[in-house]
Amino acid sequence: MRKWLNRNAPGYVFLMPWLLGFFLLALGPILTSLYMSFTRYDMVSSPRWVGLANYDYMFTRDRRFWKALDVTMWYVVLSVPTRLIMALGVAMLLDKGLRTISIYRAIFYLPSLLGSSIAIAILWRQLFEGDGVINALLARIGIEGPNWIANPDTSLYTLVVLAMWQFGSPMLIFLAGLRSIPRDLYEAAEIDGASRYRQFFRITLPLLAPVIFFNLVLQTIEAFKTFSSAFIISNGTGAPADSLLFFTVYLFNEAFKFFRMGYASALAWVLLLIIAFFTAITFFTSKYWVHYENERD
Amino acid sequence: MKTNVIDAAVPLGEEDFAAIGAQLRAARHARERRSRLMKHVFLIVFSFIMVYPMLWMLASSFKPDNQIFSNLSLWPSEFRWENYPKGWNGLSVSFSRFYLNSTVVTVLSVIGNLLSCSFAAYAFARLRFSGRDFFFGLMMMTLMIPYHVVLIPQYVLFLKLGWVDTYLPLVVPKFLASDAFFIFLMVQFFRQLPRELDEAAMIDGCSPYKIFWAIILPLSLPAMGTAAIFSLIWTWEDFLAPLIYLNDIKSYTVPLGLRLFVDQESQSAYGQMFAMSVLSLVPVIIFFLAFQKLIIRGIATSGLK
Repeated sequence: MRKWLNRNAPGYVFLMPWLLGFFLLALGPILTSLYMSFTRYDMVSSPRWVGLANYDYMFTRDRRFWKALDVTMWYVVLSVPTRLIMALGVAMLLDKGLRTISIYRAIFYLPSLLGSSIAIAILWRQLFEGDGVINALLARIGIEGPNWIANPDTSLYTLVVLAMWQFGSPMLIFLAGLRSIPRDLYEAAEIDGASRYRQFFRITLPLLAPVIFFNLVLQTIEAFKTFSSAFIISNGTGAPADSLLFFTVYLFNEAFKFFRMGYASALAWVLLLIIAFFTAITFFTSKYWVHYENERD
Repeated sequence: MKTNVIDAAVPLGEEDFAAIGAQLRAARHARERRSRLMKHVFLIVFSFIMVYPMLWMLASSFKPDNQIFSNLSLWPSEFRWENYPKGWNGLSVSFSRFYLNSTVVTVLSVIGNLLSCSFAAYAFARLRFSGRDFFFGLMMMTLMIPYHVVLIPQYVLFLKLGWVDTYLPLVVPKFLASDAFFIFLMVQFFRQLPRELDEAAMIDGCSPYKIFWAIILPLSLPAMGTAAIFSLIWTWEDFLAPLIYLNDIKSYTVPLGLRLFVDQESQSAYGQMFAMSVLSLVPVIIFFLAFQKLIIRGIATSGLK
């Protein structure tokens, strides 16, 4: 026993803060929230068990739930690939033969750092107003833009553009990945007469697959969690016509505006399962398109 | 050109090869120069598009309210310096208070993150104990869990503890290593340090605690720096947690203060709103410029945000 303690004690001493945090702030709350999702709970009276009623209501009658799912999915589907394509494109431009790259790198990265701040959300709202800068620019080339934010058909695109603007961090990860591709592969391909296009599809993409995979997982999770910009731009409600009702915004409103804690917990669990599902899909399919260098098949 | 040479089937001397080589090289240099120039032109235009929104906000913060919308210019035709002092004192509580609050929360959070995450990372990366790999797996899984899932039970817990409307719900989790990202970042770094250091120190009779303080930490300043800067910037910008836990305007952090400007939009003090928005980004931008290298290396190696 003493021997066991001597060997293990230091590890657990150092792990103690994390262990406390894990049980009190992660595992405990996750299980509590699962329990709460089967109750009706308004914070005034104690939780009342209602079985599957929350989930039943959510899937069969709650239109706003489906709307929130729809909005969030569209956002993920539109913003993740465009952000990654921009990140890869710019990374490839920066990768070869430029000496002043660090200035560009800093400029392109800065929006990633500022993008989720309230200041930028406020700015974005004003840029896309009916009489805002974007429409003033469009007017110069003779296009009359809509009121991007007030119009339910276009409001989501303002957030997609905001997401694209923040392509900096996947770009940096792509840059690091591109750096690790051996140069002689390209030289050999060039001597063999492979076109740029062919080099991209035969060398760059396959060797970058692990990095693309990594970025895809990370950015998808990020996109599902988007909150503050959607909250500010939609005035905290998901307006106009629920077209900015991101899943997180809906959850926030159910919990902290209407104090339907049980129902909001059910929403939280659905969000967790959706994210787990997409992460699992990416992991599962990855073995068909991601090959690691020191692996033979 | 190559094929021509071969088709000609004339025996070629060394000078011919040298001449052809020189020509090829010259052509390649010219091509590369042209493509480099094109790249620069494109990148400069693109950079301008990327920074334009921020510059426009900066310019607008000096413009009179009625000259902000539809005004594309990046240079105010008349400067309204008073947007700044007026915005600073434009709410019932001045921004001095919000900045003080934000600073307190941020400093405590950074300290908490650095301490607790480096402890955990040291245990995961350098110590042997039963259950380590199991807990490491759990820690990695928490990276995926959205904050929203734990939010409601945490809120109920903190409410019962009487912590709502204090900074404890914002700060205490940081001392319990709730930001698994930083643990991951530090584990990656600690693993690169040579094992021989620990072993030599162990033979000299150093305890694991001493090794951590005297060897691992001093060698890990770059990783600690990266974690500190990200922790600082994210806490400074954090909106959701303060929104939930702080109700009293006197305890508001800067993002919550800014949001009040949005709600008051009927007053249309746009210049002041932008002035305060610009100021709220200043600390972030300063830290970015000062620690660019650490930040960029941190992302490239760990894939943080």
